[in-house]
Amino acid sequence: MAKPMEKYTWRDLNVGCVIDEPGSSLEYKTGDWRNLLPVTDYSKCTKCGLCWLFCPDNAMKPKDDGFFGPDLDYCKGCGICAQECKFAAIQMVEDKK
Amino acid sequence: MKIFKTLERYMEKPDAEYIASGHRACQGCAEVLALRLAFKVLGKDTILAMATGCMEIISTPLPLTCWRLPWIHIAFENTAAVASGIESAIRILTQKGKLENKKINIVGIAGDGGTSDIGFQALSGALERGHRLIYICLDNEAYMNTGIQRSSSTPYGAFTTTSPPGKKSIGQSTWKKDMPKIAAAHNIPYVATACPSYPYDLFNKVKKAKEVNGPAYLHILSVCPTGWRIPSEMAIEYGRLAVRSGVFPLYEVENGVYRITFKPESLIPVKDYIKGQGRFRHLTDKEISEIQDRVNKDWERLTKLCEITKA
Repeated sequence: MAKPMEKYTWRDLNVGCVIDEPGSSLEYKTGDWRNLLPVTDYSKCTKCGLCWLFCPDNAMKPKDDGFFGPDLDYCKGCGICAQECKFAAIQMVEDKK
Repeated sequence: MKIFKTLERYMEKPDAEYIASGHRACQGCAEVLALRLAFKVLGKDTILAMATGCMEIISTPLPLTCWRLPWIHIAFENTAAVASGIESAIRILTQKGKLENKKINIVGIAGDGGTSDIGFQALSGALERGHRLIYICLDNEAYMNTGIQRSSSTPYGAFTTTSPPGKKSIGQSTWKKDMPKIAAAHNIPYVATACPSYPYDLFNKVKKAKEVNGPAYLHILSVCPTGWRIPSEMAIEYGRLAVRSGVFPLYEVENGVYRITFKPESLIPVKDYIKGQGRFRHLTDKEISEIQDRVNKDWERLTKLCEITKA
């Protein structure tokens, strides 16, 4: 499915423009919208999960060790996680890409 | 994960996401957050009918979709009509034995313009006919999708591009339409207001709406950092301020009985809510105190309604 919209001809689209692949927006990486990057200080983190709960892009992902970390492919850098963290464990820093 | 354990009271799979990442909502959009949280509770047996609006254009730009649920696009006017059609079709097919008999949630979703302006008559019809569906109104208080035009849900005094403030205009000149009370006036089993800044309250209400036998109406305040002219990280905080100042009280109406679900000990001044928002920055102290009076009156009326309707 991964080609830009202008490369599609009418033959490539389903009848009625039905999209038959659920969740295909994963191909569109919104991470390059980001100016700021959330950085977690894991010594302050209590694994409460508020950053995961409030992330509009579900980019804060649970990790195997019980902590939460941003998925940089999709994090748009809105800063909600840093604002809502009750322990000030998340700081927004400039993302030098 | 501690939080997943807590959430298991409300939903089967707390870690399941029904909206994939990669949607194109603005940074800090609380509207898509509201949907994300609501669908966690509704689960995978859900069919969506979604009207034109922010949430539609950000979730399904043509070759891609972020939904992991059956989803249908509809015009502004007929969200509730299509949703009730889906509900009736499923009911008949199940009666005829052509569909497995299980509970399927049918959800109609529209923005505030699609609910209180354009989709109003279809919604009223669907509520009156008593279809078993959940209607979610995502209220970001203007037509944000097309670039901030006023709707009937825009609060008094707010700047929009079609209600510009100036020497002879205060901005939006009318009060916000009280959609939840209009929905409650249809005598439907469940009406509630919610806000993603209070996620557990939202979970509770979506869960109740899911279990109700008949139409349920949810009015969700979703802060729009772009249109409200606030920094993106403050989206959750402003939702909280709206609730704590009484501008957007969280309440539910179960079979006609009003109940305030979040009662702050004392309301904070409306000024705290208004002062940081760019859309209200032209308001003078006199105009803010006018708004304060109105908010106080509405809050009093709501608390009285709760007392009167209590069994």
